[in-house]
Amino acid sequence: MTSTKSLPLGSEERAAGNGLISRRWLLRTGLPAVGALGLSSEMSRAEELRVPDWSSTPGLDLTSYGQPSPFENEVVRPTLPLFPEGIGDGSGVSFTPLEKLAGTITPNGLFFERHHSGIPEIAPEEHRLAIHGLVERPLVFTVEALLRYPMVTRTCFIECAGNSLFNSMDEPQQRTAGEIHGLIGNAEWTGVSLAHLLNEAGVSPSAKWLVAEGGDAAKMSRSIPIEKVIDGDAFIALYQNGERIRPEQGYPMRLVLPGWQGSMNVKWLRRIKVVSAPVHTKDETSKYTLLQKDGKSRQFTYEMGVKSVITSPSPGREPGAQGLYQISGLAWSGAGRVTKVEVSADGGSSWAEALIPDQTPARALTRFQLPWVWQGQSATLMSRATDETGAVQPTREAWYEPYAPNQLFHQNAIQAWAVSSSGGISNVYV
Amino acid sequence: MSMSKLGLMALWTATTFTLAISGNAQDLGQVVSESDLAKWDISIGPDGVGLPAGSGSAAEGETVWLEQCSACHGEKGKGGPAGDLVGGIGTLTRPDHVKTVGSFWPYSTTLYDYVRRAMPYYAPGSLADDEVYAVVAYLLSQNEIISDSAVMDATSLPEVEMPNADGFISYWPSPETEN
Repeated sequence: MTSTKSLPLGSEERAAGNGLISRRWLLRTGLPAVGALGLSSEMSRAEELRVPDWSSTPGLDLTSYGQPSPFENEVVRPTLPLFPEGIGDGSGVSFTPLEKLAGTITPNGLFFERHHSGIPEIAPEEHRLAIHGLVERPLVFTVEALLRYPMVTRTCFIECAGNSLFNSMDEPQQRTAGEIHGLIGNAEWTGVSLAHLLNEAGVSPSAKWLVAEGGDAAKMSRSIPIEKVIDGDAFIALYQNGERIRPEQGYPMRLVLPGWQGSMNVKWLRRIKVVSAPVHTKDETSKYTLLQKDGKSRQFTYEMGVKSVITSPSPGREPGAQGLYQISGLAWSGAGRVTKVEVSADGGSSWAEALIPDQTPARALTRFQLPWVWQGQSATLMSRATDETGAVQPTREAWYEPYAPNQLFHQNAIQAWAVSSSGGISNVYV
Repeated sequence: MSMSKLGLMALWTATTFTLAISGNAQDLGQVVSESDLAKWDISIGPDGVGLPAGSGSAAEGETVWLEQCSACHGEKGKGGPAGDLVGGIGTLTRPDHVKTVGSFWPYSTTLYDYVRRAMPYYAPGSLADDEVYAVVAYLLSQNEIISDSAVMDATSLPEVEMPNADGFISYWPSPETEN
């Protein structure tokens, strides 16, 4: 049966070039009728509905810890060891499969990993957190003690400073959205205010910095300005999305510094030393610094820049039949709230504002969406986020301008996906 | 439950709460001495505070290097699968720049801190303090930053000037003005 609806498509519905539809459609009654977009649609007939086996017999027994459907077993973290086997085993990354997820919360089992010396197997009763240095009373806390403190809960992202590193390469790499931008996860964290614990230890007036250190074999350590803690938002997380933090995320506890580069959110946290100046650890000098063309390097670049990525359509999420689709993606900023996300379908010639929540969360992922009509035309899809400080996500060319070749940290450039007339999608630099 | 029972319960709860607060119930940290923290307090700043006693030379370091380090980092600190630690000095402005301990690291003390805390990869903490000084001396010597005969210890190591010591611009709390 063919039904061609003939509602006229007013210019108000066309938000920008190459098929972008106004977000106003989403604010009204939901999806626009296909006919209203000037498209003809063939209404297909469904088959007769049957009663499947699972509706006819009792199902499986209760489970003590639930798992995803076996039909979802391809929703996994792609892993990338950084060294050949036998050299630095356990050191590497795994990516959050962004294009396979919806909403904004990253499931705990899919939250990206970055380890510098594998995942330690920490017995919680033997773990200790020490706070010492420029304090009146050096203190040691057991996990049991920390669990008795008043808890703070907040949702924020953690993003590796090396996220999107593949887009720093000379040629665009053909990887999925998650394999390029998935060194980020967003979770509801619950734990203890670090300022609270520092007050208990009694911080000296000469204190200006902290050194945070993990209990893994790398004993990963970073210097942190005390402003992020005293009158700041730093806390020690014991729970992630309601359950105790998993081993690969720092069990039994990790530091959370909302909006700041991932490696400072020290996992397996065992020690906070209060000091008067940064100690210049390996991971704040030789790594996580940004080499410029002039040979100088930016250091202590903590806040993650304003950024967004379209997760659908994207490689692996190609359009099938021609017609209406929802362009959907994630936006965030280490500086605060995302205030605007714009989408282009014509490589940046024209832009339309995507729908985002009225109240976007600070330093947490925001989901954006915008309807798009794909009629087999080639297109270049891009998204561009703006945050509450007025910072706008840069083009790749503008982002790269000050940096030396291969500089990969704090890459927050606009991602472009080229859609071919057959619906194939590739990573392109525009 | 009668009203009077409820009232008693409320009174009991309030009393308990007051007692808990006056007893500093939230102060759950245990006091510890700095000496009891010694095995954990391994941070070393550019001023050398935290460097242990002991010493080592490049010649002594070569022995440790060949036994413990060269499989991953190359026979002379170059060409290993874990990346070069030697060479590249003066290349940072070039497109084919090479970042190594010698060409890029701003402080020699970071080298001691990192080797002692994290290396060798499969047995971190297994080197004696003298051996760490020796390996540090070896790498600095291979980079031609110190002489082959120089001895590194808690006094001499922080005095080593690294080639890229002035190569960093602090972005906290805001970008430094470049000179």
